[in-house]
Amino acid sequence: THTMALRFEVLGRFNRARAARLTLPHFLCETPLFMPVGTQGTIKGLTTHQLEEIGCQIILGNTYHLALRPTSELIDDLGGLHKFMNWPRALLTDSGGFQMVSLLHLADITEEGVTFQSPVDGKPMLLTPEESIQIQNRIGADIIMALDDVVKTTITGPRIEEAMYRTLRWIDRCIAAHKRPKEQNLFGIVQGGLDPVLRDICVQGLVERNLPGYAIGGLAGGEDKDSFWRVVAQCTASLPESKPRYVMGVGYPLDIVVCSALGADMYDCVYPTRTARFGTALVPEGVLKLKHQSMADDTRPIDSTCECMVCKNYTRAYLHCLVTKDAMGSQLLSYHNLYYMLQLSRNLHSSIIEGTFPNFVCDFLKKMFPEGDVPEWVCNAMEVAGIDISSCSTPLNSKLNIHTSSG
Amino acid sequence: MPPAEQRDNIIININEAAAQTQFQNMKFAVKTWCKSGRARVGLLQLKCTSLVQGATSPEIEIETPALLLTTRKGLPAFIPPDHLSFLPSPDSRLLQFSPMHFMEGPNSKTISDIGGVHQLLGLQGYGFVAVPRDSILSLPECSSSNKNGASFETPSGRFLVKPLEYMKMISSMKPDLWVSLADEVSASVTVKRNKASVDRTITWLDHCISLKPRDGALFGSVVGGCSVEERQRCAHEVAKRNVSGYYIGGFGLGDSIDERSTFLHAVTDVLPKEKPRQVCGLGLPEEVLQGVAAGIDLFDSTYIYHLTLEGFALIFPLNDKCKQYESDTQLCSMASDYTKINLKATVYRKDASRIVEGCECYTCQNHTKAYINHLLNVHEMLAQILLEIHNTHHYFSFFRLIREAITEGKFEEFRQKFIERRREHLLAPSLGACELQTSVR
Ligand SMILES: [Zn+2]
Ligand SMILES: [Zn+2]
Repeated sequence: THTMALRFEVLGRFNRARAARLTLPHFLCETPLFMPVGTQGTIKGLTTHQLEEIGCQIILGNTYHLALRPTSELIDDLGGLHKFMNWPRALLTDSGGFQMVSLLHLADITEEGVTFQSPVDGKPMLLTPEESIQIQNRIGADIIMALDDVVKTTITGPRIEEAMYRTLRWIDRCIAAHKRPKEQNLFGIVQGGLDPVLRDICVQGLVERNLPGYAIGGLAGGEDKDSFWRVVAQCTASLPESKPRYVMGVGYPLDIVVCSALGADMYDCVYPTRTARFGTALVPEGVLKLKHQSMADDTRPIDSTCECMVCKNYTRAYLHCLVTKDAMGSQLLSYHNLYYMLQLSRNLHSSIIEGTFPNFVCDFLKKMFPEGDVPEWVCNAMEVAGIDISSCSTPLNSKLNIHTSSG
Repeated sequence: MPPAEQRDNIIININEAAAQTQFQNMKFAVKTWCKSGRARVGLLQLKCTSLVQGATSPEIEIETPALLLTTRKGLPAFIPPDHLSFLPSPDSRLLQFSPMHFMEGPNSKTISDIGGVHQLLGLQGYGFVAVPRDSILSLPECSSSNKNGASFETPSGRFLVKPLEYMKMISSMKPDLWVSLADEVSASVTVKRNKASVDRTITWLDHCISLKPRDGALFGSVVGGCSVEERQRCAHEVAKRNVSGYYIGGFGLGDSIDERSTFLHAVTDVLPKEKPRQVCGLGLPEEVLQGVAAGIDLFDSTYIYHLTLEGFALIFPLNDKCKQYESDTQLCSMASDYTKINLKATVYRKDASRIVEGCECYTCQNHTKAYINHLLNVHEMLAQILLEIHNTHHYFSFFRLIREAITEGKFEEFRQKFIERRREHLLAPSLGACELQTSVR
């Protein structure tokens, strides 16, 4: 068995859903939890004081960006990322591989690692599993991610299988290279595309390595929602109960509610802050586009049920004149959107503990789908999760009829 | 201090009651005069006009000369509203905004429905000063102004604003202080155009007075460009009117700093001594000192905004006014001019120290130069947030030093030392290239 720098205690369950206390070296977190993305050592437009204020427990940093600037060596010299950005709570870094594949068209994956053209001087460079871990050891986050062979979920054929087996071979290289297992937790990433057999082989392979936690990778990449939840459901069912499960790159509030019902614990997504910069606010009903002309004279807050600093003080009319024009517009909207995601996490946690999780899910779905038109994939996932949503959803049959008649 | 110098700096303490003018929501009293000049320390008290469900907002008491926080649409450009309370108080309690920032909305009715600027901006315990012109987003466009109204160049276009429309805005926004609409002209206009601007400004002031809302203290605008006669004519006329204070406009529009004292003195010598005076367009430390020396009480902070945008942090020493600063000559030559440093400079890449050791601002309490250098390099907005916080905090301290110097009777000495030191550094041959290229001196 490996040394672990975390403790994961399940405090409450509702069928597959669980609420846990995740003790990391820098912070005691409560799951389900949402991790805001702080790509370059900052969450765009928010101070660390504000992040603590809204209850942010853990921030995700992008290894690829940090390795470019200010470089992992400099972060190490200055005492690690926690100290560098003055964030006393938990941090997670990704492996850097996904960023390369998604940002650089010229990235190429071989058995040795990910080769890519340096964005600085154009020279070919290689990121090996060993190097990814070495960089992440220098950055010093509470959770570090194994380098995986990332393929688009929409791809089919032998490439998926190759990537899955390579991810398993690379995990051993990552484990061997990991120099700070007492301070940093290495999470393995389940790959295998949409193929249940491959996903299963990968889960078993990773579980054998007894890692501190596991991530479900390769999702949120444009696959259909039905495939998405089925992969999550399959992986959460076979991953160990006593270890945290992180669904990478997810997601929208609805995705997080569904995945939590299926037994996932951790999420990350740039959506709340990115959409804020375009003037969109997250609300229980879905989204509110503050740029819309109808907001110009609207004297209500973004969300009258939200208790955040922005909703307590500002009207839609005022935010309408700020968004997409002034820095303050994206600052205030990012603040609200992250507060919304973190409040959603807290509500998931407490409702699971209090045994009111199905009520919470139904209330959530009722607000988002007041007509009862809950998407079919959500209904199917909730059935597997054992959550009765009949009180807020039109029965499946009549929905199919509506679908046929309108289609 | 040599006795001769002490004699030059005799302080005259005016009987407060005699010098005090009281208005409905604003009180001002000069506490200390500097004998050698016109500089004075005063106390500005505001009773917030906004009442939140019956509860009276606390009174704001600010010592002058004071810095008003410059805003975009009522909030600082970058400092989040929940961080305003971390700035020195009560120094940070006065914010300046331009009604022209709201030309594209929210409209007057909506702002009125919300309850005015205090409610709109969620800042009930703060004082708001409405000034048509600022030096960032709302610039007077004198070639388009006419007898009907003043023209302003804004990011959403050029607007001609008539006194009636302006008063409608003021009535809906309910600021604590507001400045009458002025026809501010650039230094290069003809004698005739300059004369017309004074005539219009007086006419519009009368118009504003006739439409004056019940609450909110009015500052009458004084213009007159680069003509002592016109400046004095305008000041005489405005002084006759029933106003709570004065706004001296027309600076920072192509005039030279060397001639400015003449025009400032021409105005302040005419204006009643017991009322507050505000100015727009004087931002650099030298300009502020020049304004204080002429008897100006309130300044805007556009200087902070420009510094922040270009990655500068103010660093001049605050504990001992005359202390020799900065032993590290290399640092000085590369990125410093005694008053500020450029955090974009590579010397700060690994610098784990604070912008100013011992500074009590949020930025210095929490972050290093290396971190801000990184944020600037990767174009992250937090850089501007942190810099605006520090720079504002630091500039408040500069104003505190000025007040202390006046109170102690050492203002002229302080001013000269400060200017000499900065000039030495600005003219140093080893000055870094990054400093020379920038528009901010
Ligand atoms: Zn909110
Ligand atoms: Zn500071």
